Amino acid sequence: MSLDIQSSEDFPLLQVSNTTKLYGGRIGCKDVSFDLYPGEVLAIVGESGSGKTTLLNCLATRLTPTSGSVNYRNRMGQMRNLYEMSEAERRMLMRTDWGFVHQHPADGLRMTVSAGANVGERLMAVGARHYGNIRDTATDWLGRVEIAEDRIDDDPRAFSGGMRQRLQIARNLVTAPRLVFMDEPTGGLDVSVQARLLDLLRGLVADLGLSVIIVTHDLAVARLLSHRILVMRHGHVIESGLTDQVLDDPQESYTQLLVSSILQP
Amino acid sequence: MTERVETQGISDEHYNFAYLDEQTKRMIRRAILKGIAVPGYQVPFAAREMPMPYGWGTGGIQVTAAVIGKHDCLKMIDQGSDDTTNAVALRNFFVETTGVDTTTKTKDASIIQTRHRIPEETLTKDQVLVYQVPIPEPLRFLEPRETETRKMHALEEYGLMHVKLYEDIAKFGHIATAYAYPVMVQDRYVMDPSPTPKFDNPKMDQMEALQLFGAGREKRIYAIPPHTKVVSLDFEDHPFEVTKFDQPCAICGAEEVYLDEVILDDDGNRMFVCSDSDFCEERREAGHVGHLGTNPLEAEGND
Repeated sequence: MSLDIQSSEDFPLLQVSNTTKLYGGRIGCKDVSFDLYPGEVLAIVGESGSGKTTLLNCLATRLTPTSGSVNYRNRMGQMRNLYEMSEAERRMLMRTDWGFVHQHPADGLRMTVSAGANVGERLMAVGARHYGNIRDTATDWLGRVEIAEDRIDDDPRAFSGGMRQRLQIARNLVTAPRLVFMDEPTGGLDVSVQARLLDLLRGLVADLGLSVIIVTHDLAVARLLSHRILVMRHGHVIESGLTDQVLDDPQESYTQLLVSSILQP
Repeated sequence: MTERVETQGISDEHYNFAYLDEQTKRMIRRAILKGIAVPGYQVPFAAREMPMPYGWGTGGIQVTAAVIGKHDCLKMIDQGSDDTTNAVALRNFFVETTGVDTTTKTKDASIIQTRHRIPEETLTKDQVLVYQVPIPEPLRFLEPRETETRKMHALEEYGLMHVKLYEDIAKFGHIATAYAYPVMVQDRYVMDPSPTPKFDNPKMDQMEALQLFGAGREKRIYAIPPHTKVVSLDFEDHPFEVTKFDQPCAICGAEEVYLDEVILDDDGNRMFVCSDSDFCEERREAGHVGHLGTNPLEAEGND
């Protein structure tokens, strides 16, 4: 069967089947399966210790799963098992096709080089060798994440938490990735900054047609950004479905508890 | 200083030839051969304690000790000069432990051990240039993890090196790295050419002599075999440029050479002189005089 490029949106971008990560006898996450389609935003929610981040790291090749497989459809339309690729190919994916936004910007940024170099690093990693062009692209991206142009030569150390997080997002999106992993991107930010960041993310995701897997314990973030949701508890996915469906009509008792424990101001 | 010193037969018999024992020399030679086979690749080796502190050239003298033979003629330079402390001490070390001839003349030497400079005179296929290297890892200051830098070398992930150059241009308007300027060896490995000024980088390209690099504290050896392509990294719109001096050597009048600044008094007066002392002396013997120099023949007459 020949594969039509035009219809590639009909095929999943990421296929996760029975992914399990055990830490010795303890369960990190167990038998997680789902498909992610191009342009789709999937939220993974659950309490602390429920295995959200373990699952995310297994998908993003930062942790090797104990069993199960994770398949990714590359730009050529081939489905490849991530853990059967060579390390060189995986690392190439990480800096071109994928992005990873850490909860703490200091983990995802180079704190000792300027904002411009942080954004330009991925470009240089894929072979950009024209300073002027790299700088123009960096300036453009700083503008898109609402960082003033005259801050381009400042270190991220001189930035506020919200700015650092926006810089981290720009740094990840500069190579036009197809899939972005986010681990609590709004954690530790105050609510007004959080709101602006979410607004920005929603705009970028829609404009660029990104697929996103976002880990959060904040159901409001999940509701705002995601199309689909996985609820995790004790390493298992206990409920999944469309975001508004799960949040408005939770079936599992734990999900009901989670939804009802949101504070109403 | 310029005489070839005959020292055969006065070596100290309490030491093995060239200080190191034969097994150690074999181990170092194996590392050197591997380095030559894979140009620019940092080969780990079991560097020994040497009778001097790290940072004084412990890597360089181990490499020299492993390749030196009874009939070699050794030249030892520090910052281009034959008569500075480090050069004198290391030269005496080899005189005592090997009894080989030493020289200050670049063209007479078969082994030249250097800290910083490559001699101005073009080296030939019969010569070996040994560098003392403090920090062999070019990626070190941006990536502190050794496991990660090794992986980056293995997978040719060198984007980070350009991040460093980008930072230079962003901060100073041009690539301000003046020494330890990163180079790409034979289109494969990015290499730190020790603390050599970037002025000397072009000399490494297609050099006829064998170039060996030893880092004692970091326990790494790497090499550039003769006739190997060595390219300094740069940007398309900010190409690599060698250091330019706006005046000739004050003593011998040489141009297009690397100059050292010498402070003359407390009033801010200074002179720029050849960093390669042998090159400068040869030019003066040939009758070249700079604007602050005197003709050595006339000076002798005054004595």
